Amino acid sequence: MPVARRSHRALIALACAVSLVAASFADAAWLRQQRAAAGVRMGELVVQLQLTDLCLFTEARYTRHLSQADLHSAFQDHPLGLEHFPTGSLVPPPASLTAANERLDRETEVPD
Amino acid sequence: MNAWIEKQKYLIDFTLSSLARRKAKNLGLLLVYTLIVFLLASVMLFTHALRQAATQVLAGAPEIVLQRMVAGRHDLIPPGYLERIGRIRGVQEKEGRLWGYYYDPVVKANYTFMVPNHQEIAAGTLFVGAGMARARGLAVGNLISFRSYSGQLFSFTIAGILPSDSELVSADLVLLSEADFRAFFEIAAGHFTDIALSVANPLEVRNIASKLAQQFPDARPILRAEILRTYESVFNWREGIVLALASLAILAFAILAWEKASGLSADEKREIGILKAIGWETGDVLKMKFWEGALISQAAFLIGYLAAYLHVFRFSSSLFAPVLKGWAVLYPRFELSPVIDGFQVATLFFFTVFPYAAATLVPIWRAAITDPDAVMRG
Repeated sequence: MPVARRSHRALIALACAVSLVAASFADAAWLRQQRAAAGVRMGELVVQLQLTDLCLFTEARYTRHLSQADLHSAFQDHPLGLEHFPTGSLVPPPASLTAANERLDRETEVPD
Repeated sequence: MNAWIEKQKYLIDFTLSSLARRKAKNLGLLLVYTLIVFLLASVMLFTHALRQAATQVLAGAPEIVLQRMVAGRHDLIPPGYLERIGRIRGVQEKEGRLWGYYYDPVVKANYTFMVPNHQEIAAGTLFVGAGMARARGLAVGNLISFRSYSGQLFSFTIAGILPSDSELVSADLVLLSEADFRAFFEIAAGHFTDIALSVANPLEVRNIASKLAQQFPDARPILRAEILRTYESVFNWREGIVLALASLAILAFAILAWEKASGLSADEKREIGILKAIGWETGDVLKMKFWEGALISQAAFLIGYLAAYLHVFRFSSSLFAPVLKGWAVLYPRFELSPVIDGFQVATLFFFTVFPYAAATLVPIWRAAITDPDAVMRG
């Protein structure tokens, strides 16, 4: 019996991996179907309860309801209340907030 | 054709033998490469699926939410606002929402207390989210007490637990009757947390929002489009700490690949010299090295992508949970619906497989076109 060539083994392994990736797309379609009911249920709950946000970050009120938070939530509690929750590093400030403000600190004539 | 295929197979045989001679180094490279693809693909699949879920689920959010601001802070809507809003043309429905936060010192978690406008809840009973029920070990019929902000103790019976497959929107919810909510938070009748509005003509939403802003200078209208945009940007591809860390990892890998690609080892140079001396043509050496790069990069991509798919959609992105969870005690258990963007996968393939294959070919080509004697002598 001839010994399997390295190239055959490698190409078969690669073909298997490609088939598995293709199978992952089929699996995704199947999972989408399986989980569609949960999506519909969540949608209904959002309409019924008039919800506005995902319940992803529950650690602070301005991360629990990202879309309803105060505009300057990082400093909302007191002037030294700098952003300290880890979630804050995942959430960038709205673009409109950063775009509308000039960088005046670099133009000040009075030295700090 | 057969001869060509046979030649490629011999080249692959030779390439694999050559790789096997430096087994530890090449396996290490494959592992690091696979990890990079796994990390990038996981972030990509997770954020895309989460963005899609947010868009789909929040499509039913209120069209406009009107908050009242006092000294820059969110404040209660006083009596009379609802009636005044009703006089604005185009507003179809208006409902005051009652909701607020409660910190539970027992499990150190924040809950969202809410009064459902379209569901009757008997006084003294609660419907709670599955995440909250898990944190407090609650079942239907159990009693639970909360100390209100006035110091008074309120006891409730659990009337129901919200479906566990809706935790992504309801994990921390505590639904109670309006009377209980007002008594618990001491909010007088006629006051609301904010107002949810629906508009007859969807094209008029912006006009109505600007009318609201004019008539209620102390109010801040939040449109559904803004809510959706918030979630669109939160998990944007370029943003987030995971990607910041991933970019460092990519940079490290780029240095590793560049190092390997630009500086051929003495062994590799000698190998090329010997191959040329025994009659291999430059094209053959390039093809052999092309197969080397292609096999490593494709294996890394395929294994990394598959592992990422399983991680995100079969194991609920368990590696990301600690990052998303932060300091929160309540974290929803959710399974994302696998929405895969073919274009993103193709982009990932292009940016992970091609640069490596190209980076390995250039120095080989340089070595292969020089005189074998010179190459062997180094």
